Amino acid sequence: MVQTMIKTKPLTLIQAINDGLKVMLTEDENTLILGEDIGKNGGVFRATVGLQEQFGEQRVVDTPLSEAGFVGAAVGMALNGLRPIVEIQFLGFIYPAFEQIATHVTRTRTRTMGHYSLPMVIRAPYGAGVRSPEIHSDSVEALFTHLPGIKVVCPSNAYDAKGLVIAAIEDPDPVMFLEPMRLYRGERNDVPEEKYTVEIGKGKRLQEGEDVSILAWGAMIPVALKAAEKMKKENISCDVIDLRTLYPLDRDIIAESVQKTGRAVIVHEAHATGGVGAEITSVINDTSFLYLRSPIERVTGFDVPIPLFALENNYLPTPERVVHSIKKVVEF
Amino acid sequence: MEANYPLFQIIDKDGEVTSADYQDLLTEEQAKTYYYHMLRIRTYDHKGIALQRQGRIGTYVPFEGQEGSQVGSALALQNDDWLFPTYRDHGATLTFGADLNRMLLHWNGRIEGCVPSLEKNIFPASIPIATHLPHAAGAAMAETYKGTKNAAIAYFGDGATSEGDFHEGLNIASVFNAPVVFFNQNNGFAISLPVKKQMNSETIAQKAEAYGIPGKRVDGMDVFAVNFVVKEALERARNGEGPTLIEAVTWRFGAHTTADDPSKYRDQAASDATREERDPVLRLERFMKKQNMWDDAWVASIKEEIQEELDTAVSDMESYEKANSDVMFDYVFEKPAWTIEEQKKNFNALKGGMF
Ligand SMILES: Cc1ncc(C[n+]2csc(CCOP(=O)(O)OP(=O)(O)O)c2C)c(N)n1
Repeated sequence: MVQTMIKTKPLTLIQAINDGLKVMLTEDENTLILGEDIGKNGGVFRATVGLQEQFGEQRVVDTPLSEAGFVGAAVGMALNGLRPIVEIQFLGFIYPAFEQIATHVTRTRTRTMGHYSLPMVIRAPYGAGVRSPEIHSDSVEALFTHLPGIKVVCPSNAYDAKGLVIAAIEDPDPVMFLEPMRLYRGERNDVPEEKYTVEIGKGKRLQEGEDVSILAWGAMIPVALKAAEKMKKENISCDVIDLRTLYPLDRDIIAESVQKTGRAVIVHEAHATGGVGAEITSVINDTSFLYLRSPIERVTGFDVPIPLFALENNYLPTPERVVHSIKKVVEF
Repeated sequence: MEANYPLFQIIDKDGEVTSADYQDLLTEEQAKTYYYHMLRIRTYDHKGIALQRQGRIGTYVPFEGQEGSQVGSALALQNDDWLFPTYRDHGATLTFGADLNRMLLHWNGRIEGCVPSLEKNIFPASIPIATHLPHAAGAAMAETYKGTKNAAIAYFGDGATSEGDFHEGLNIASVFNAPVVFFNQNNGFAISLPVKKQMNSETIAQKAEAYGIPGKRVDGMDVFAVNFVVKEALERARNGEGPTLIEAVTWRFGAHTTADDPSKYRDQAASDATREERDPVLRLERFMKKQNMWDDAWVASIKEEIQEELDTAVSDMESYEKANSDVMFDYVFEKPAWTIEEQKKNFNALKGGMF
């Protein structure tokens, strides 16, 4: 039997991102990372720890406190041959850079008929559940899926994180890379030491089931899996899909799953109205309407600013809320 | 450039008076007021760190070293002025009249802690950097429109000067001659980034020049000097002479927050070694001793008073009624949108049945 041994190491999600960044900094000297406190400090979450020591201050750049400044500078760098990766300290602090993203990052290729492209990645930790101060918990992925011209990726485990961050850096177009803070140091996965990619635009089935499709991403994956586990006791089997990319959505995996189960529960921690869940509902409508056996359920955060931590667990979807919706679609 | 913006100081590190012109400001009453407030917020600050370590509150943002800047500036305000703080300026808001109980609730993750004291115009601490500078300009403009003599002050750090909102706030305030004071505490670091890597200008005060407004540089460890400079700027504002940018050169002895490890980016032992020379509380103590204003019994009594106030506030915080989830739904709009009403109803129905 011929078997190639792939060397792996057990890594947390954040270590896997660090590993992916290291692979790309090593491989391509045009890549560089920009952001606040990413050099000496190694990032407030330590995503870039050790990288400045290894690659120097020109490749791992501590910038002034200026999101519009360094995202805008990254635009200039990207159109001039570099491959910048910017770190936003928390997704809730991306708003100063929003103008750059909405007016330039997302449309430079279109505007120049492909003459200029922007191969850049914007990484940002996001999400509630870690008792952060106000604004630190925002989960506003829909702001970016709504802007034409940027891909939006959100891994939920270490293996995918490394493969997706490398794919994002190699992508010729801008990619928004959302990192669920709550999963940074959760479990460890065996992650190959070598370079590999996970394709952007492809979801992944985490668990095979027949009765209901649960569609989720990021920090909601463990919530979805817990709910699915609880349903086993009641003989309801769940097809659990980690979408991994939010733009463009993996339409095929959604359709295939929902056509099999005839029922769908979408779980996201972002606010309900205008959330990515609404878009997934539309994909299901377009591809699988006649297969549906019940209305689609969404389990989401509410249309309220994410509360301070005394109430954040009330805001966040729980396995119980997901179970409630699963029962609703099954018993419809 | 630095020479154009000399560091204004009234009392040096040894407690000696360096600007005799200001002698009449240096009354015992004034010194005692400063000392009381600095001691109060320092005691509170130490308690904040301890409570966080014991898991009794969430992440806490310490300000030790910045008491001179925060007390000196806050005590320059008049009752109806506006204060726009950052997450680090709770020393200033407490001194101005923020409610200690609510402050503690805020560190405990309670939105109730963002509600200002009813007697004072204090905006909730701005967490995004520099975003409140334009607010201060606007609030100040509104006071002018209303024909009052009230002013506004905005607090911010050195890092904030790199954000667009800093420049936009100063620009709009200067164009409209708003009665606002932009009070910068240059504490040397924005998390891990030393100010030298934050900006290429020698001082923050000089940035005022670009907006055609006065820029002042003051020793932020000298509470008297800070108070004088801020008072003067507020006076100008009230007289219709427009905004001022003040750079208080100060130092934060501790970590950026309780979630931060400063040893990763700076020499903490070296920082501690400067306490002897730079601590604003110690400096005032030396001054008071030299001027025969020091009274051990008085110090002991205010220490006790402060401790009592703090202990009561902590126990009030800990016995405060449990957070009610309705709060997160009820204040989004004056009249709730159907989406929120429905979400609240469903949530409560589910909560009743399951949690
Ligand atoms: C727009 C924005 N970007 C990033 C952050 C994260 N952050 C919080 S405090 C801080 C440093 C602020 O430094 P400075 O303005 O000097 O104030 P200091 O904390 O030193 O008082 C950073 C980067 C933020 N709060 N807001």
